[in-house]
Amino acid sequence: MLSNNMFTYYLRLAMISLKRNRILTALMVAAIALGIGMSMTSMTVLHMMSANPMSHKEEQVRRVELDNWDVNRPWDEDNPAEPPDLMTYQDANNLVQAHRAEHEAAFFPNVLALEPDKRDVKPYMVEALFTTSGFFPIFEPPFRYGTGWSPAEDRSAARVVVIDSETNEKLFGGENSVGRKVRLGGEDYTVVGVLEHWRPTPRVYHVANGAFEDPQSVFAPFSIGIEKQLNSNSNNSCYKDSEPGYAGLLASECIWVDLWVQVKDEADAQRYLSFLNDYVGEQKKSGRFPRPTNNRVYTVAQFLEVQRVVGRDVRTQVWLAFAFFAVCLINTVGLLLAKFMGKSSEIGLRRAVGASKPAVFAQYLTESGLVGLAGGLFGLVLTGLGLLALRKLYAGTSIERLAELDWSMVFASLAIALIASLIAGLYPTWRACQVQPATQLKTQ
Amino acid sequence: MLKMTHLSKVYRTHMIETHALRSFDIHVREGEFVAVTGPSGSGKTTFLNIAGLLEDFNDGDYLLDGVSVKGLDDNARSRLRNEKIGFIFQGFNLIPDLNLFDNVDVPLRYRRMGSAERKERIEHALGRVGLSSRMKHYPSELSGGQQQRVAIARALAGSPRLLLADEPTGNLDSLMARGVMELLEEIHGQGTTIVMVTHDPELAARAQRNVHIIDGQVTDLDDAPRLGGEVAAATAAAAIAD
Repeated sequence: MLSNNMFTYYLRLAMISLKRNRILTALMVAAIALGIGMSMTSMTVLHMMSANPMSHKEEQVRRVELDNWDVNRPWDEDNPAEPPDLMTYQDANNLVQAHRAEHEAAFFPNVLALEPDKRDVKPYMVEALFTTSGFFPIFEPPFRYGTGWSPAEDRSAARVVVIDSETNEKLFGGENSVGRKVRLGGEDYTVVGVLEHWRPTPRVYHVANGAFEDPQSVFAPFSIGIEKQLNSNSNNSCYKDSEPGYAGLLASECIWVDLWVQVKDEADAQRYLSFLNDYVGEQKKSGRFPRPTNNRVYTVAQFLEVQRVVGRDVRTQVWLAFAFFAVCLINTVGLLLAKFMGKSSEIGLRRAVGASKPAVFAQYLTESGLVGLAGGLFGLVLTGLGLLALRKLYAGTSIERLAELDWSMVFASLAIALIASLIAGLYPTWRACQVQPATQLKTQ
Repeated sequence: MLKMTHLSKVYRTHMIETHALRSFDIHVREGEFVAVTGPSGSGKTTFLNIAGLLEDFNDGDYLLDGVSVKGLDDNARSRLRNEKIGFIFQGFNLIPDLNLFDNVDVPLRYRRMGSAERKERIEHALGRVGLSSRMKHYPSELSGGQQQRVAIARALAGSPRLLLADEPTGNLDSLMARGVMELLEEIHGQGTTIVMVTHDPELAARAQRNVHIIDGQVTDLDDAPRLGGEVAAATAAAAIAD
């Protein structure tokens, strides 16, 4: 067991040794720093992409999917077992009306013209999400002022709206605007809530046209969207023609509505799935759902996985970066070997005066670890620069949002650098332990 | 202190087998100063390496301070080396990156001593070799003779029972060699057993007893100690009793 005293002694020896040959030390640190910089830059992007902002409600929040698709052709040819990821209006509406979960959030995005009261702000188009009131308790966007609306306001298509903090800043100078009016699409809406800055990454609730886009600026009741005869400006897919007109679309098999529910736990989720199966069974009687029953109540993590939010190319990029890191480590092994073998006479002397092989091993592994830590710290700087370059290069795109270093990645970088350098140091250190003192002492 | 009986050491390569020591017998008693002489390749250094537990042997037995070292693992051998043996090498073998204080500290570190005791021992050892004022100097700032004195201080700091010296004056001019030899005699006078390998007959003559090695065997064992005093009398009596 290495005592504190000996560890401090080995650290001091390592510092002296590293200072002695600065160029060799710089090369080793640079090799590890470059490897860490490359791999952690791509890891950070992957880490942000594969994050799950709803992980605290993993059992409760469920994505509902029903397979209403063509009997002869699955929704996804590459993955025929998967049902469509969106839902028809009639199914979403029926399931919300049935209210068999704690909360239901059926929604679709579109745009509305916003006409500010302020003369200096010109009318502009805003991204709006037409959703049922269950959206707020399910996804828990933080409110700065007010709250969401009630199910009763859903049913009455009340002209209420929740706006994001940027819109509130633009329209009301950041003041508490609850109760004030916003003119959207030619109608006045009463502000019932103002969100704090909210940027779930990925934007789990709606990944259809970009999982890393910003949330919508305005949230209005689902029933208003229907009343205004809007449909999704994101994804709208049909496998057969619908009857003409908006009523035809609502009654069609076209899918364009997202549906999420909140259940109590896994058992409740299974009960909800049984309810879905019964519902589809009923629908089959009227000639709908020609395919075998294939309904899902995905957790957020499962949904993100199925949706391939993290693309294969991103994973490949991470693998390539780590392969580069491995090459850097192999170089470090060579440099450490050269350094330690250059100290054969010192090792021989230490062995002669009483250092056991484990003591020599601990001393040189400490030196390897110190190189790794230094490499990790410089690697963090390079990671920061790499992410900065990515943000500049991809300014205005979703990548810009993903290229941010967080504390978990800082600690991961240091831990990976330390572990990697200790592994890299194993062979050179083992070789150092094999030095025959008798030979070295005579040949000096 | 050191007793080797029928000891043999063979170096093997793919083609050649070299008998460095064959049926080697030697007995060095506590408090003796023994000079080991012999031509190059006779086995002097092999003897010293085995005596210092730096190399293993093939056959025979070796008792160090009454303990058989045969079959001891690396940790036990390292501990014995650290506690009982001090080494002085021809090439001094100081660590160039460490100052004199830290060089003398090296063996003490592996004995897990407290810092106060280590400091006291280092200062005392450097004081004994007359280098107290140079503790913060580096080996490259010293002459050869001074470097060898540091090596002696390093060997002495752990208060070893046995001092093994391999050509300790081989790299020094005659003036410096004389100073180092006087220091070894002084250390021996204080009761430390010394085994010194040397080519130099003049230095060998100053030892208490001479052992001559040829072809890996002791050929000329001068058992009559030349130095007076109680130690010499005791070792002579023990030699006769053997």
